[in-house]
Amino acid sequence: MKKNYIRPLDIKHGRIDMSHGAGGKAAAQLIEELFLAAFDNEFLRQGDDGAVLALPAFDPAQGRLVMATDGHVISPLFFPGGDIGCLSVHGTVNDVAMSGAKPLYLSASFIIEEGFPLIDLQRIVKSMAAASREAGVPVVTGDTKVVEQGKGDGVFISTTGVGVLPPGVSISGRNARPGDVLLLSGSIGDHGVAVLSQRESLSFETTIESDTAALHTLVAAMLAAAPGAVRVLRDPTRGGLATTLNEVARQSGVGMLLQEAAIPVKPQVDAACELLGLDPLYVANEGKLIAVVAPEFADVVLAAMRAHRLGQDAARIGEVTADPHHFVQMATRFGGRRVVDWLSGEQLPRIC
Amino acid sequence: MKYIDEFRDGDLARQIGARIAAEAHTDRRYSFMEFCGGHTHAISRYGVLELLPPNVRMIHGPGCPVCVLPIGRIDLAIRLALERGAILCTYGDTMRVPASDSLSLIKAKARGGDIRMVYSAADAMAIARANPQREVVFFAIGFETTTPPTALAIRDAAREGLANFSVLCCHVLTPSAITHILESPEVRQLGTVPIDGFIGPAHVSIVIGSAPYDHFAEEYRKPVVIAGFEPLDVMQAILMLVRQVNEGRAHVENEFTRAVTPEGNLKAQALVSEVFELRPSFEWRGLGEVPYSALKIREAFAAFDAERRFDLSYTPVADNKACECGAILRGVKKPTDCKIFGTVCTPENPVGSCMVSSEGACAAHYTYGRFRDTQPATPCAASRLPPLSPSAGGGRHQRPGEAGSSVPLGGVVSCVASGAPGATES
Repeated sequence: MKKNYIRPLDIKHGRIDMSHGAGGKAAAQLIEELFLAAFDNEFLRQGDDGAVLALPAFDPAQGRLVMATDGHVISPLFFPGGDIGCLSVHGTVNDVAMSGAKPLYLSASFIIEEGFPLIDLQRIVKSMAAASREAGVPVVTGDTKVVEQGKGDGVFISTTGVGVLPPGVSISGRNARPGDVLLLSGSIGDHGVAVLSQRESLSFETTIESDTAALHTLVAAMLAAAPGAVRVLRDPTRGGLATTLNEVARQSGVGMLLQEAAIPVKPQVDAACELLGLDPLYVANEGKLIAVVAPEFADVVLAAMRAHRLGQDAARIGEVTADPHHFVQMATRFGGRRVVDWLSGEQLPRIC
Repeated sequence: MKYIDEFRDGDLARQIGARIAAEAHTDRRYSFMEFCGGHTHAISRYGVLELLPPNVRMIHGPGCPVCVLPIGRIDLAIRLALERGAILCTYGDTMRVPASDSLSLIKAKARGGDIRMVYSAADAMAIARANPQREVVFFAIGFETTTPPTALAIRDAAREGLANFSVLCCHVLTPSAITHILESPEVRQLGTVPIDGFIGPAHVSIVIGSAPYDHFAEEYRKPVVIAGFEPLDVMQAILMLVRQVNEGRAHVENEFTRAVTPEGNLKAQALVSEVFELRPSFEWRGLGEVPYSALKIREAFAAFDAERRFDLSYTPVADNKACECGAILRGVKKPTDCKIFGTVCTPENPVGSCMVSSEGACAAHYTYGRFRDTQPATPCAASRLPPLSPSAGGGRHQRPGEAGSSVPLGGVVSCVASGAPGATES
């Protein structure tokens, strides 16, 4: 009998077809040659339905697990500075990190549209694997499904992350108090503008790249600099800085006063927003965080942020106020004051 | 951003604010209408009101293209998408304007209508070229600013024989709207809308020039200062208006000299008159039927006129009874005078059109200014003024300086600049 021979995937010319999601040999081959090859680690190699993971050695009475999940449906799939692959790692790592936890493991679920080129899939998966390796957070389990052409948009990726919260760390959107200081880790709007620049209907040239990055090491540096000083951490993704601050203000039952002049915005982002009728305060970020910090430790935490690669442009952008209406207000550079409201609907451009 | 930041300079703003405060007579009030939504937006977004003395009040005008679009016109667009199977291309702001049957373009899209947001008429043409088997309609709205690009699209479509492309034309004219406001009973007889002068349109004036406003200055004795959309432009224009009022002048002045000339863009004007002609009458939200206030596509380009092509007939639809958009667009009421402002009607669930576009008076106040409504109503300077004699209101033969003030007895005066637009006194 001849040795069982399986022709390797034709990554260069091949496309996803329905059999890749059917659970048969084609599916097994896709997982082995594309996913496993990229993500390779001891947990995936077990080849079981679920990954068996070691718990870190915390006092079980105090150490707590943190779990977060995030779906990614971005269009276009590839954009300046990243792609849906690395984004799906960073997004979930950051969600876990925003509770102050150390992210440990990721799961990934792919919903792929029939006809999707294997070479694009490989590029995405490799980018995802590189991001996961760089973050030190392995993808330990995953799933692949295929939907008929026209029923998806290339590929959607859902990731779930698990992390552990060291004893004593208590970070929540409910913790902001009047007098606390608002710190922002860097310039806003980079991701949204980079993605918009690639949209078919807009396509403008910009040198701006997405800021997509895993922020857990920055968080660790901040927590180490002044234990107990950081009360709230959030990554201002969809809806941008404005929406995130409104969420915190409502959760904590406080108001906020921002200084427009202190909020870092890159000139290219500012210019693109001006042209498109957008407000950078509402444009998405994928590698930035805001922190609400006890006032007496604000300088120490800010210094720790600036010492980290991902927080070089960190700035103190305002403070928490007592306000029964939970308004986020801003002193404008112009000298006036205004509300910075929730994002309503999509951010639609003005026409004249 | 070079050439933009210069017009948003806070130090200069404070200096102009101080000049306005120094030159505005403390014994009278100044009420100016900014016609354009672009100005309304700039005033709210940059906090211009806080740099003005309490006796200088801004009245928001009807110059928000989305806000003045009547429900019946949106209904036509929705019907094209849902019943005629056309690809409807529209500017983004129009998507959420409420229409009949609890619909809006965004909701019609969710029901299967092929409705696409575009940035220009040229984008809509590109969609038509890419979908030769489909009817593609461009929902053309806006004042004189957006009209020339629509004219260009129609002319180019005719030249290249783009047979599946047409335009639902809802372009409206600024001067007719200003005349309508000045002729309205509230301004002429009742005096409930005291207007001492206008901040004239920015981008519209680039196209039509400053000459069309001469009529308002001469005929109605109202000063007009054409201003750019940057906040410093607005501040400077207010200072120029205060000076005209103080000197008893009513002239057209141009603050926006970097873009506006007396004659405007002649090429654009020629293009517009080649493709469009005046409509005898057009319904505006808030203003009702206004004679010769809008454009329609000329017979020569009838093939590209969606109204003719799809044999559409316009049916007026009444606004929601509780909604005060009409009075707000005429300057008779402020957003906070409306019972449903900020409760039933919010940017998430707009009832009226003024809550939709960020240029709308209600959306601008809700989004940027509503913190003022929560502050205790501190007595503003205006409330400490001695009683004023009623002005002639009509104003046609009255010099702004003569009556001392155009604020009528019993008129509604708000302390906008002192931080309490919700507080009304009578």
